[in-house]
Amino acid sequence: MAIRSFLFLPLLFFSSLNPILSLYEDQVGLMDWHQQYIGKVKQAVFHTQKTGRKRVVVSTEENVIASLDLRHGEIFWRHVLATNDVIDGIDIAIGKYVITLSSGGSILRAWNLPDGQMVWESSLQGPKHSKSLLLVPTNLKVDKDNVVIVFTNGRLHAVSSNDGEVLWKKDFEAESLDDQQVIQPPGSDLVYVVGFAASSQFEMYQINARNGELLKHESAAFSGGFLGEVSLVSSETLVALDSTGSILLTISFHNGKISFQRTPISNLVEDSLGPAVITPSSVTGIFSLKVNAITVFIRVIGEGKLEVLEKTNHKTAVSDALSISEGKQAFALIQHAGSEIRLTVKTADDWDGNLLKESIKMDQQRGLVHKVFINNYIRTDRSYGFRVLIVMEDHSLLLLQQGEIVWSREDGLASIVDVTTSELPVEKDGVSVAKVEHNLFEWLKGHMLKLKGTLMLASPEDMVAIQSMRLKSSEKSKMTRDHNGFRKLLIVLTRAGKLFALHTGDGRIVWSHLLQSLHKPQVCQHLIGLNLYQWQVPHHHAMDENPSVLVVGRCGPSLDAPGVLSFVDTYTGKELSSLSLVHSVAQVIPLPYTDSTEQRLHLLIDADQRAHLYPKTPEAIGIFQREFSNIYWYSVEDDNGIIKGHALKSKCTCEVADEFCFDSRELWSVVFPSESEKIIATVTRKLNEVVHTQAKVIADQDVMYKYLSRNLLFVATVAPKASGEIGSVTPEESWFVAYLIDTVTGRILHRVTHHGSQGPVHAVFSENWVVYHYFNLRAHRYEMSVIEIYDQSRADDKDVWKLVLGKHNLTSPISSYSRPEVITKSQSYFFTHSLKAIAVTSTAKGITSKQLLIGTIGDQVLALDKRFLDPRRSVNPTQAEKEEGIIPLTDSLPIIPQSYVTHAFRVEGLQGIVTVPAKLESTTLVFAHGVDLFFTQLAPSRTYDSLTEDFSYALLLITIAALVAAIFVTWILSERKELQEKWR
Amino acid sequence: MEKGKGVMGSGRRWAVDFSDNSTAPSSRDIPDPPGFSRASVDQDDSAVSRQKKDAEANWKAQKAWEVAQAPFKNLLMMGFMMWMAGSTVHLFSIGITFSALWQPISALQGVGKVFEPYKDNKVDLLGPKLLFIALNLGGLALGVWKLNTLGLLPTHASDWVSSLPPAQEVEYSGGGIPL
Repeated sequence: MAIRSFLFLPLLFFSSLNPILSLYEDQVGLMDWHQQYIGKVKQAVFHTQKTGRKRVVVSTEENVIASLDLRHGEIFWRHVLATNDVIDGIDIAIGKYVITLSSGGSILRAWNLPDGQMVWESSLQGPKHSKSLLLVPTNLKVDKDNVVIVFTNGRLHAVSSNDGEVLWKKDFEAESLDDQQVIQPPGSDLVYVVGFAASSQFEMYQINARNGELLKHESAAFSGGFLGEVSLVSSETLVALDSTGSILLTISFHNGKISFQRTPISNLVEDSLGPAVITPSSVTGIFSLKVNAITVFIRVIGEGKLEVLEKTNHKTAVSDALSISEGKQAFALIQHAGSEIRLTVKTADDWDGNLLKESIKMDQQRGLVHKVFINNYIRTDRSYGFRVLIVMEDHSLLLLQQGEIVWSREDGLASIVDVTTSELPVEKDGVSVAKVEHNLFEWLKGHMLKLKGTLMLASPEDMVAIQSMRLKSSEKSKMTRDHNGFRKLLIVLTRAGKLFALHTGDGRIVWSHLLQSLHKPQVCQHLIGLNLYQWQVPHHHAMDENPSVLVVGRCGPSLDAPGVLSFVDTYTGKELSSLSLVHSVAQVIPLPYTDSTEQRLHLLIDADQRAHLYPKTPEAIGIFQREFSNIYWYSVEDDNGIIKGHALKSKCTCEVADEFCFDSRELWSVVFPSESEKIIATVTRKLNEVVHTQAKVIADQDVMYKYLSRNLLFVATVAPKASGEIGSVTPEESWFVAYLIDTVTGRILHRVTHHGSQGPVHAVFSENWVVYHYFNLRAHRYEMSVIEIYDQSRADDKDVWKLVLGKHNLTSPISSYSRPEVITKSQSYFFTHSLKAIAVTSTAKGITSKQLLIGTIGDQVLALDKRFLDPRRSVNPTQAEKEEGIIPLTDSLPIIPQSYVTHAFRVEGLQGIVTVPAKLESTTLVFAHGVDLFFTQLAPSRTYDSLTEDFSYALLLITIAALVAAIFVTWILSERKELQEKWR
Repeated sequence: MEKGKGVMGSGRRWAVDFSDNSTAPSSRDIPDPPGFSRASVDQDDSAVSRQKKDAEANWKAQKAWEVAQAPFKNLLMMGFMMWMAGSTVHLFSIGITFSALWQPISALQGVGKVFEPYKDNKVDLLGPKLLFIALNLGGLALGVWKLNTLGLLPTHASDWVSSLPPAQEVEYSGGGIPL
């Protein structure tokens, strides 16, 4: 064992001398892949009038504005706005600018349509917060300027679409107007602003669009009050619901006269029980209403008379209106029928006459149609054709044309909420899972090409062929396990509740599964709080058992809403079973025990602090009973500033006997004073982290024992005043406190206060150290600090003879109750970047040195050696310390441009970085997700245990052959010479 | 290479030939010339040969002591080389250290062979042998000491601890902020 360690140490030392991890240009794409997404589309505007490239401009829930190619669905250009810059509306003005209104209506921007460059930006301020509305009239001109009308923050603006200049503005400050619609009847110079005031007053303003002059103001009271959305059925008629949701109001404000027309919904729909909801649409004369899963289409005829056109209990989605010719409007309607969707395009004035009727087979894993956008084109025979863009329940985007799906985009992957990994199937004899197998000739040809490349004989065409061969190597995208553990499945859970399995080799989707069993209305109304856990990871039964994952969700916003579980096979993507629980799920604790089928035991804590054991098998309960007294759990109540520790007490004392349910009792609590501290971050070690050794060898062969407890919690608290944005407080009234708490005993092992510092705090905990990032208000810079924690009670175990003979207790189990004495070492450094995420590399055995992976504000991932964050760094390290690899102390951490893991790419909207160990000790797999996805392999200490990808085996073989030949030749020559000598 | 063999091997053979007595019994068949007294010559001869034998033994002993002291020079040489090599682990220092270890070991293995030429009933080889062994052991010690200064000997606690897996924990605790 000693031999192994002293062979390894110099090896690691040499390999870690050079921390730079750059790669050559031709290595891009060999081990990494990058995918671009946009997220769930909120709004889409087509631009197909002109000849040339047809495109659709979309805004999404991930705050992306993108221009997509209508032919293939590729992204022409894309902008990801900040998370606090939510897009309220988009439109196309004067045929060349994309206008976006964002940030609660306070920022109006114009982007050049062909290339996406920003043309102008206007900041629109107003006296009070209100709903923001964007209106781009087609031909309303003020002094030759095309005008964009924006109602935002209680103020109406007219903005020139050429340069973003505000032409006029009109305040609605005095009236507490809850604006609902801004209407500009085509061909007129008038703008109508309609809305509600004081919840029962209907207000209508008529404004001159040329100068913002108020022409008319009318208001009328309605005693019933109003509820929710309104739908505009003509330029002078609105439909709204009263506050009970049972009476339909038709409001017309023709010529400034407001009149109400009341129609009880029960007149229209016989069995209307629940409250109705108006689905906003812009189709003239028609609106739709949803009453308990029934969709009703209603036409408004003349003076508030209503006529029911169709009632359907199919899931339905309606598009906005599209004017196809003078005074003629078309709209698309999509209904689900089994595994098909029926697309009909109707005109507004003729419900029964369909312009188009198609039915399209739809993948069940896409769920329901959520949104429809319609566009038309003129066929070669001069009739109208329609194309429809649909947004599905799983956030995917599809273009339908001529009864077919032209393209689809899996934009659900832009909102990943949880990631885990799964191994691939083991390659079985006789059953080749690999789809692409090289034949011998191709294999030979490939190697000959490679050989030519290494001997520099290859022509440029050959070089291209070699590069494409390297990139498309079928080896990396095989569907079986490889020796090095590079090929895995990334199981990702999206916000839409869909599971995807991505292959790490090329990032393709192996399978996807919409968790429909959890979405069913009878099971779950609002599924939230989704999380993913590894349920079964077979090692011993790898040949005959498939691994599976557990998805946990909660049916509602409150903590005591019942939970749902779903078990999914990771090889096939089939749901094995699903459970809707009777209890709630506040926490899921994976236990470090597995049963005989290698299912991991999980403890689900409900809102009443009862623990429920899963899987519910007698074997599981047997294992659990054995470890019963050693299982603890803790809860962090960040609102109250309390951390509580609990132990399990006994079987539940509830009405229904349940042997898998346990009561718990409170053991300890840490209460932070609410007037001075507020919890902003908690971090623990990863459950599956592997640590190679408990000792840290420092200079002169001395040893420090790491305090390696899995039950450590890092807690960061800030002054309540300082929990806002950076710079909102003075350094004197701001502080940030870092704690290390033992979660079994509640003992505070370490506490440090950073005066004049502020959050947000990002932290990562690994082995015996924690690294955290915060803002220093006094220095006006970001800082990163490291705390390392060492076990002082073992420090005397240094007798070599005791260790040689094994007479030590370093490997005997330890208890937190033994209260080991610890010491901590810490150091702080300045850091240039602000952070979005932080993670640490993890390897199979934990021998390889660690790197921090920092998600920067520029949406890139930076690798930083842990050696830079070593509390033992000093300004002038001794010779022995230098040999150990300690870097001289500097006040700031270096950012080496070559160590950007994402090299030229950006992972837009970066949210998380996940590291997974490969089987090869030197290598770790890194997956960064946000709106984009990025995957790569990293070797923090270089690949010291394998030959690099570009190692030339051919050259090695040639060298060996040449050497053997040389040996033969010299042997023959020497024989001959000897013979001659003997003759002499 | 093979041609040099003979030269090396026959280096010390003349010493053995020296003991050959030319007064073979065959010469006694011929009567001695008159006035020749064999006895006195014999007496004389034996005295001379005894003297010669003593000188030879002395010489052998002296040579044996010289051979026994030879590793001392080697030791000094090795010490100098080691000092030159420094205390960092690289190819040169490792090479020197291993040769410093290998030389005494191989010398110790061949103690008998080294002193064979000086084997004599009258020569006491124990002293030279002991010195030879002691000096070579000294060389070995020097090599081991060098190995230790290079940090390649598991003499520190760190060498035994660094591969110990972390201790198991009795308790397990999980949890966090509610979902």
